[in-house]
Amino acid sequence: MSLREACESGKFVVTAEVAPGKGTDVEHLLKDAAIIKDRVDAINVTDLQSSVMRLGSMAFCHLLTDMGIDPVFQVTCRDRNCLALQSDLLSAWALGIRNVLALTGDHPKLGDHPTARPVFELDSVTLLDVIGKLNSGVDMVGNELKGAPDLFPGAVVNPGADNEAAMDLQIMKMEKKIEAGAKFFQTQGVYDLDAFEKFMKRIEGFKAKVFGGIILLKSVGMARFMNKNVAGVFVPEPLIQEIKDAEDKVQASMNIAVRLVKGMKDLCDGVHMMTLGWESKIPGILDEVGL
Amino acid sequence: MIVAERKPMEEILAEIEDFQKILVLGCKGCTTVCCSGGPKEVETLSTLIRMDRKQKGKEVETLEASTELQCEPESVKPMLENLANQYDVVLSMACGAGVQTVAKLFPDQRVFPALNTNFTGMAEEHGVWTEACLACGDCILGKTAGICPVTRCAKGLLNGACGGASEGKCEVSKDRPCAWQEIYHGLKRLNLLHYLKEKPQVKAWPIHPGKVVREDLRQEKAT
Repeated sequence: MSLREACESGKFVVTAEVAPGKGTDVEHLLKDAAIIKDRVDAINVTDLQSSVMRLGSMAFCHLLTDMGIDPVFQVTCRDRNCLALQSDLLSAWALGIRNVLALTGDHPKLGDHPTARPVFELDSVTLLDVIGKLNSGVDMVGNELKGAPDLFPGAVVNPGADNEAAMDLQIMKMEKKIEAGAKFFQTQGVYDLDAFEKFMKRIEGFKAKVFGGIILLKSVGMARFMNKNVAGVFVPEPLIQEIKDAEDKVQASMNIAVRLVKGMKDLCDGVHMMTLGWESKIPGILDEVGL
Repeated sequence: MIVAERKPMEEILAEIEDFQKILVLGCKGCTTVCCSGGPKEVETLSTLIRMDRKQKGKEVETLEASTELQCEPESVKPMLENLANQYDVVLSMACGAGVQTVAKLFPDQRVFPALNTNFTGMAEEHGVWTEACLACGDCILGKTAGICPVTRCAKGLLNGACGGASEGKCEVSKDRPCAWQEIYHGLKRLNLLHYLKEKPQVKAWPIHPGKVVREDLRQEKAT
């Protein structure tokens, strides 16, 4: 079943995420993908995440399609102008890629080429609008296409925005993304189910599927790093303590993920598992939850 | 104003090392206001050049002058014509437009920049300036509570915040406010938050180099 079919079927969707590395070595990523292939509905492939130069999302998405996996092509507006973005969307379709996640993208300043010139000619909203136009058979200036894609567009939302202005801006942008055609949303990592429930209440009636973000807590250091440096991610102190006190830290991390996924089953339409190299833990977590 | 900063002394000294008679040419416009290239800074730079040459035992003559506006040919041409033969290089303390105006008017003359031009900006406090206008040619400040997202958002986003801000600060630097959160607060104060819900837009970027032609003024001069 494709991601689109999974969304339309009304089932609780599970997506995962892999991140190509710096260089051409993809063997371990393909192994990780093979382990979770039959347990997830789709696998996202990140687009130079954190603005670090790496192997590209489109190429790795294509390798996943070869394995019979439905990939989600993550596309940021950081590195390409509107010509390159549209061309890459058509190219992706020609390579068998069916889902796109439209992102604005991090600023290059955050990555390993900090003085690289950023583009941001389009943003997540206008990129979604362009995907809709391509799907309808024209490019963004109205020229007719000979052969149109039928990409399934999604976007992201951050339910943990840290003040009223940031949260209102998130919600307004989410509405704009839905108007521009986003069919599903994958959220930033969630650790506080009560706060997530409030967020879900606030967007009640929005016509798009929402997959709650699960980031596996690989260590206490990682939790503290995210609290300090990742916008909208907040790991509550009791969870950090739980990892700290555990003898088997991997198991503790999985236990936390299991509780979060279980909680989300009643709150939203699916989960997006960001396991940062621990893709092999996904089947165990899903077994526990009964997915 | 155009905000500029003086280049490192070593770089300036290296630029002019082969010249003996140096015209240090300030500008009484923007670079005077941002304290980087007005008559006062001309005097200081000339002194530093003479001290350096004295230390090195090399002769130098510095000539100090400041144009009203170095980007205006009318302000530059007569002054440099009057000083003809008194200098063999111009060290300009104007912005890039000033340096280029001198170079264009006197193509046989060497001209060096003493400043790095940073941006079009405004004074935040004494000694602090921030970039305010990218001169994009299509001003939307009336819709954004007088805060320019093209310039003041690090990504130049037009359709709302990127979500990367933390505690109201931009993801590129904790010393910069998130422009979109500032716009949000500004519009909220004006009871205009609905502006944020308007149709998304894609910016039509101007083709560089820009050119403005005012036919009315050209005809006025012709008659």
